[in-house]
Amino acid sequence: MTSQKWRKYLLWFANEHVEFRLPEIKSIASLFNINIRWIEKPNQHPYWVVELPSEKAARQIASRSVGLRSCMELWAQGKTEEELHKNVRSYPMELMKPYFKPELSFKIHVETFCNRQSQAEKVSKIESFSYLPLEGSVKLKNPDVCLQLLEYYGLDSNHIPEKPYKLFFGRWIADGQRDVITMLSLKTRKFIGNTSMDPQLSLYMANQALVQPGDLVLDPFVGTGSLLVAASHFGGYVLGSDIDFLMLHGKTRPTRIQPKKERDKDESICSNMLQYGKGSQYLDVIVADASLPLWRPSFKLDCIITDPPYGIREATERIGTTKNYQISNHHLEGHIPSKVEYGLHQIYQDLFQFAAQHLKMGGRLVCWIPVVRRDYSEDRLPMHPCFQLVANCEQVLTKFTSRRLLTLEKLHEPQEKYTGSDVNSLMGDFRAKFFQYGEEQRKKRKLRKMLATQAYRQREEKEANCRAQLEDRDSSSSER
Amino acid sequence: MKLLTHNMLTSKCLKGVNVGYPLGIVAKDIKVLETEFNSEFVLRIIPKLDWDTLWNAADSIGHSGDLPRTLCDDYENDVEFLKKAHHVLLEVEVINGELVCPESGRKFAINKGIPNMLLNEDEL
Ligand SMILES: C[S@@+](CC[C@H](N)C(=O)[O-])C[C@H]1O[C@@H](n2cnc3c(N)ncnc32)[C@H](O)[C@@H]1O
Repeated sequence: MTSQKWRKYLLWFANEHVEFRLPEIKSIASLFNINIRWIEKPNQHPYWVVELPSEKAARQIASRSVGLRSCMELWAQGKTEEELHKNVRSYPMELMKPYFKPELSFKIHVETFCNRQSQAEKVSKIESFSYLPLEGSVKLKNPDVCLQLLEYYGLDSNHIPEKPYKLFFGRWIADGQRDVITMLSLKTRKFIGNTSMDPQLSLYMANQALVQPGDLVLDPFVGTGSLLVAASHFGGYVLGSDIDFLMLHGKTRPTRIQPKKERDKDESICSNMLQYGKGSQYLDVIVADASLPLWRPSFKLDCIITDPPYGIREATERIGTTKNYQISNHHLEGHIPSKVEYGLHQIYQDLFQFAAQHLKMGGRLVCWIPVVRRDYSEDRLPMHPCFQLVANCEQVLTKFTSRRLLTLEKLHEPQEKYTGSDVNSLMGDFRAKFFQYGEEQRKKRKLRKMLATQAYRQREEKEANCRAQLEDRDSSSSER
Repeated sequence: MKLLTHNMLTSKCLKGVNVGYPLGIVAKDIKVLETEFNSEFVLRIIPKLDWDTLWNAADSIGHSGDLPRTLCDDYENDVEFLKKAHHVLLEVEVINGELVCPESGRKFAINKGIPNMLLNEDEL
């Protein structure tokens, strides 16, 4: 019976991008068709206890998750050490025994969340499990069986309690993909710019998009191609387009902290792909304006992942003019087309329409959208009748702005050109508000600074007066 | 630019151009670079292709080799064929040259392998 294979697992997460956890795990589960039974409702804690149908399912989740630190088959938990050990002892021996065989090497690993421990402390903790009838030899590197003790000391590193809030013990199954974040670090990447998305968020996007080996993935605002790097990591074949000729040719000004005078000759999206051994999955990038048709109407993509221009770090432009004229032939060569403002609302409308046409059924569009936090509500997000909103995660940028990662799944083929509802003005004025609020903040800061300076001056004056009085008194007393 | 990409590109962005497909290719530099053969990817891409366009494009730049002119029915199990398709789709690259709109004759430059499909503002 397969139902007997269901076991409890502990998913242990990094304490970062908390909002992205659940959507990511759900996406991965749908990718591998895994049914997850939630023992507790997923919450803010960095650990979840779930039931999975097989160890394979646990491995599959770990093979894709960026938020996951590790996953273990959960044998016992407790609020105190005593309770934990009591529960380990009462875990069915027949479920543990297969891992205690003499031919299997093992180790016990102690991991703490939000606390550091000395080696001696760890050793004494390991020894506290000496009642387990482990028969194999100890092997610290790549043992056949790794048992794990996890201690959770809360989320507040400023107030670490004496004893952990919670302890877990079980058999380690696999680590998540945290290592990949380091492997794809922007610090060591050949070609980056000030729009490059950090690898962690890029990998989240690729997971949200359900990128699978052999998928065709497009980023129509590709910039330095950071999202394509993540998509190719999961086996995607990647295509990109961008309006910025210099960017795609690696000729924009370098943006590293200690900039070299010039970029290397071979800086490009393609060289990034080669750097990570994904050269074979690089298809092409094209200089093109996303507001205009480029592809054959029947061309279908598996995923679209993108970070459209918000007009804060980069211009939101498209080719166009408000004037009516023709460029004479002798001016044509080397003519740099003039550009007009490409409004945010229009960008998203075009993007959704594009995705509705070019995504396969069930394919996903994953994109960021900037919002003014105090104006935001979900019903004001731009929408399209062909899509269902699968996930919507906030990343706070400043006190008053954030960006949200939207995951949209295509449910219908487009019937006719959709002109969008103009109900939502959420997008229309983002840029204006961003700068307006920025201005307000600056004014506030200036005012605060002024007041602070005033207060400081007053205090100084007061102190000076005080000192003068004291000196007066001193001198008068000495006169006496 | 790979011929896979060429198979999907149009010049529909141009004012007055309805189909803009297939684009002509004027190849000044071509590079042939070996890439990893992934039969799964090739199998998934073939149904998306316009085979005539692929063959003609390859032929026009002198790289059709022994790629069949038409797609046979049971290509799925023909590994040799899939490898040929892989080669033409992913290993032959136009580095410098032009793409030509079939309706208007407008030329789009390809520099260092990157097609430039940008228009001037009076062409919209
Ligand atoms: C937020 S950035 C995306 C950055 C990208 N994720 C990266 O890894 O660098 C937005 C990009 O959109 C491009 N862009 C702006 N307007 C465009 C348009 N009308 N069509 C195509 N690309 C455009 C900009 O040149 C910029 O590279």
